[in-house]
Amino acid sequence: MSAIGDPAPGGPQTVSAQGGPSAPTPPPGAPARQSAFRRLLQTSPAYMSGVLLVLILIFSAIDPAFHSTSNFRNILTDASILLVMAVGMTYVMVAAGFDLSIGSVLVFSGVVGIKAMVALGTDNALTVLVGLVVSCLGGLSWGIFNGLCITKLRVPALITTLGSLGAALGIARLITHGNDVRGVPLTLIKITTGGFLGLNWIVWVAAFVTVVGGLVLHFTRFGRWTYIIGSNAEAARRAGIDVDRHLLKLYALSGLLAGLAGMLSLTRFATTTIAGHASDALQVITGVVLGGTSLFGGIGTIVGTVIGMFIPAVLQNGFIVTNVEPFWQEVAIGFILIAAVYIDQLKRRSRERA
Amino acid sequence: MTPLLEARGIVKRYGHVTALSGADFVVHPGEVVALIGDNGAGKSTLVKVLSGVIEPDEGQMLLRDEPITLDSPQHARAVGIETVFQDLALAPELGPAENAFIGREILKPGLLGKLGVLDKAKMRRQAFESFTSMGTDVKDLDAPVAALSGGQRQGVAICRSIMWANQLVFMDEPTAALGVRQTGKVLELIRRVASTGIAVVLISHNMPEVLQASDRVEVLRLGRRVAQFKSADTNVEELVGAMTGALDGAGA
Repeated sequence: MSAIGDPAPGGPQTVSAQGGPSAPTPPPGAPARQSAFRRLLQTSPAYMSGVLLVLILIFSAIDPAFHSTSNFRNILTDASILLVMAVGMTYVMVAAGFDLSIGSVLVFSGVVGIKAMVALGTDNALTVLVGLVVSCLGGLSWGIFNGLCITKLRVPALITTLGSLGAALGIARLITHGNDVRGVPLTLIKITTGGFLGLNWIVWVAAFVTVVGGLVLHFTRFGRWTYIIGSNAEAARRAGIDVDRHLLKLYALSGLLAGLAGMLSLTRFATTTIAGHASDALQVITGVVLGGTSLFGGIGTIVGTVIGMFIPAVLQNGFIVTNVEPFWQEVAIGFILIAAVYIDQLKRRSRERA
Repeated sequence: MTPLLEARGIVKRYGHVTALSGADFVVHPGEVVALIGDNGAGKSTLVKVLSGVIEPDEGQMLLRDEPITLDSPQHARAVGIETVFQDLALAPELGPAENAFIGREILKPGLLGKLGVLDKAKMRRQAFESFTSMGTDVKDLDAPVAALSGGQRQGVAICRSIMWANQLVFMDEPTAALGVRQTGKVLELIRRVASTGIAVVLISHNMPEVLQASDRVEVLRLGRRVAQFKSADTNVEELVGAMTGALDGAGA
């Protein structure tokens, strides 16, 4: 710090000696800002939002029912629960990690949440609050478990979270004997029908998580360290950043958000959906990667993740509305994913050559 | 003149391998000292000791005549000693300004700072000042470091180190991966760093480069210092002789 505050003797001379070519120094950042805007246009979120827009236009042209307010509301609600988990996944993947367990953690958290509410036997706001806390704690515990295995035991993230993918679902099934648990308090169900500004509360929760997640990732030191660790963990370590501690926090965050998603899922479906989340992690990873997050860490944005999550959601909904067999969505998303990563790598290679 | 950093009789053993057997070393403020030696002479072990990465088994270190024990790289950094590693330790996906502040991010004042919000503008400004004052031609402070040339990357790493070092910078083979033109620029940069009063210890294998960039040369062989030269008064043959021990008979 002090080296900056008080320039050492001799510093000024070197500056003037060197100052010739760079004398009309523009205010720092001024020239870079323009190119920053140009660079923004070349990013994955930018052209993926183009893809999203084209999809919306095509479906709207085929069937005007697609761009009705109620249909957009459907798309938002459908995408919300996955979006909450995608925010956590973006953090983990920007740090060059991976979390396959989120779908099972969602189920586990929903199960312990509803069990807690049923055991309480009451039906008021407090019941819902207890359920929420228990769900979130359930998710958080799995996240911490993942983080500890990855940072302390050095088991690769892919294997650790593959393990908890099986274990969390297994425990959820043991608790429920494999049957979905009903008995969601009415208070919670009422939340589904209610809303604010015409949007479901689930959408608002997802929006809140997304906005806060985006702000923290892009504007705070916590977010910056996430990028540094994903880009070069060794450099982070040498600079005195506690890499393991930070990674533990990221997996804990991913688990916590999966727990919250478990509660949202209970709210939406009024029951645990034990068999319904096997492909959640893959859907989320697909969306996150479509949004421009690098599989190798160091690159990714929450804005990109939002766009990436809505492309599959819009396709799914659009095919239903336009009476195309919805299975085409899976086919289309598969190829779009491959194409998107291919284009991304082409760009990266050309950049590295430059 | 008081030496900036002095090491006396440093011993470091790994099992029954002795990496340093009573090595001495001295660097004065504002000078460029080249540390040379054959492979296995103990250069990197000595630098690791001097930059706090490893603790010596025996020996004494003095910072401006005051005894000091560096127990971690963080401690070395706290007293103004930085190291530019051979692999640079840059985050390739991040920009030069972001790289300059890894682990030392500046937060906004007040409540936002307490929430961990970065002062990006201030960091950009300080990085920009550092880069321009050192004549490093980093045009775009936001473009990922991966898109820069090897010489520019080296420049970013060096500028980062001198933003924080107010005493001494160790540079481990800073030109090893560079072409002729870029090497010239990095050597110029090293001279410029020294002219601001910060001492530079340059570890290198390249003898002409050592003679061109340094004020003094310290030669290590078999874990101890065997010779000290003024760069102006010596030549490649003499340095190589000292490194390999060919001069031992003649010198004694």
